Amino acid sequence: MKILVAISNVPDTTTKIAFSDGDTKFSTQGVQFIINPYDEWYALVRALELKETGKATAVTLFHVGLVDSEATIRKGLALGADDAVRVNAESPDSFFVAEQIAKYAKENAYDLILVGKETINYNGSSVGGMIGGLLDFPFVSLATKLDVNGNTATVEHDIDGGIQVVECATPLVISCSKGMAEQRIPNMRGIMAARTKPITVVEATTDAPLTNIKSFALTAGRTICKYIDANNVEELVSLLHNEAKVI
Amino acid sequence: MSVLVYIEIAKGKIKKASLEATNYAAQIATQLGTSATAIAFNADAAQAEEIGKAGAKKVLVVKGDQYKNNDAVYLGVAIEQAAKAEGAKVIITSFDVTGKSLAPRLSAKLKAGLVAGAVDYPTVNGNVLEVKKNVFSGKATAVYTINSDVKIISLMPNSFPVKLSDNKAEVADFAVDLGGITSKIVIKETKSTDTAGMIPLPEAELVVSAGRGLKGPENWGIIEDLAKAIGATTACSRPVADMHWRPHHEHVGQTGIAIRPNLYIAIGISGAIQHLAGVNGSKTIVVINTDKEAPFFKSADYGIIGDAFEVVPKLTEAIKKLKASN
Repeated sequence: MKILVAISNVPDTTTKIAFSDGDTKFSTQGVQFIINPYDEWYALVRALELKETGKATAVTLFHVGLVDSEATIRKGLALGADDAVRVNAESPDSFFVAEQIAKYAKENAYDLILVGKETINYNGSSVGGMIGGLLDFPFVSLATKLDVNGNTATVEHDIDGGIQVVECATPLVISCSKGMAEQRIPNMRGIMAARTKPITVVEATTDAPLTNIKSFALTAGRTICKYIDANNVEELVSLLHNEAKVI
Repeated sequence: MSVLVYIEIAKGKIKKASLEATNYAAQIATQLGTSATAIAFNADAAQAEEIGKAGAKKVLVVKGDQYKNNDAVYLGVAIEQAAKAEGAKVIITSFDVTGKSLAPRLSAKLKAGLVAGAVDYPTVNGNVLEVKKNVFSGKATAVYTINSDVKIISLMPNSFPVKLSDNKAEVADFAVDLGGITSKIVIKETKSTDTAGMIPLPEAELVVSAGRGLKGPENWGIIEDLAKAIGATTACSRPVADMHWRPHHEHVGQTGIAIRPNLYIAIGISGAIQHLAGVNGSKTIVVINTDKEAPFFKSADYGIIGDAFEVVPKLTEAIKKLKASN
């Protein structure tokens, strides 16, 4: 069983967001980049566990991005992925990313395509479902547990007000969420080995993007906090009822 | 050239998110000089009527057992055929569990640009729609242009109003040719995580959340009592979920779930950036913490500096008094 894990290069969670070029680009000045946590802690670690228990034979990382992403890709290789593929392009949107993944996965017959449930920078939650639509593969979203037996995947995933357990024959696409695996720290051996693992660079498809980002804006912060005395909670209740009108 | 909106019925009721989507669809249909058509699966007459009241000019009712599990494989085929039949160039869904499977699948099948999680009405610029959504986990917004012929917008839940009128929709059965396809996904078991009659967290409009300041899982009684008094759902910060004080589905934050309730009360939570990313879309935030330097106060509308074990029970009593007097 071959597993393809799609990873995004995202600003770390403590980044102070800023924009440049007249608010049309995300400013990368001074920003630390990491693998999108959902891709790394859940999709990638689970794939590695499946390889460690003999259920999968290979774990390949897939990334759409320019050469500055290679440091992030190496982190994924240091955790234990066998190799990586980088599509040399700056992605305009989720569909573009999905197109690249779908094309590669189809040409190389992957059994499982794992993505994180969303990226922490664009929060689209769309790439997995789009790959499923492009390849006509089943797609299971918001998965919190994944097991494989031969060619059958057993997946637990979040639904409205509950959890559903499903079974599906491979190949399929799964978006991964909290609960699927635990974050790992790469060890020295892994970091050394990552230096010589292959990152194959391929060119992107050339279709015009379906969507583009026109502009960004920072979200306005809340206005000043109104403090209420701890001995006067009735005032808070009154404000919530009469001023905020939420209760 | 209508606007097509997907309606979801859960536990016999039209989901609030679907009514929001219908209102939105009707609004943009007016902008585009057309009307909104809703597609609902196994809806009865009363449900179709409610969809009309939310602004749909026409309701297409599709019947079939295959749709009962909201499998995007079947829903997608039906909506594709309905969009074609109606000449719909814009498709609206909610950015909820089903929407997160359905909208992307439709996007791929129709080569239709998708903005997922829209927070505003679109601007019409000739053949292009410009739509705003949250990015960077709510720290910013981005305006996307949808350049494709067919466009899909999925809406952030609890971001748009529901206004009901006495509009009467034309209701028609719509026959879908599934062409014998079967979804490969087999459902083995469904478990409910609903706790004690609380509304599921992603849909809750009132949320009471607590963190490490509570010192231990045995102290959560005061939180549950407050939530009960308000009619709220309980949530928690990441550390207490990781320590198994609270179930993982209560964890709100950057690596948990993001919520946008009308009221979010945070008790004993310091307010790390990763937690804020999950709750900054809340309409009103109340922070209760003993530490006056807790960063959460900078993102709060109302704050109480005090000991949760004293403040929270008093707050519960005050809420009960309010409810009793109304």
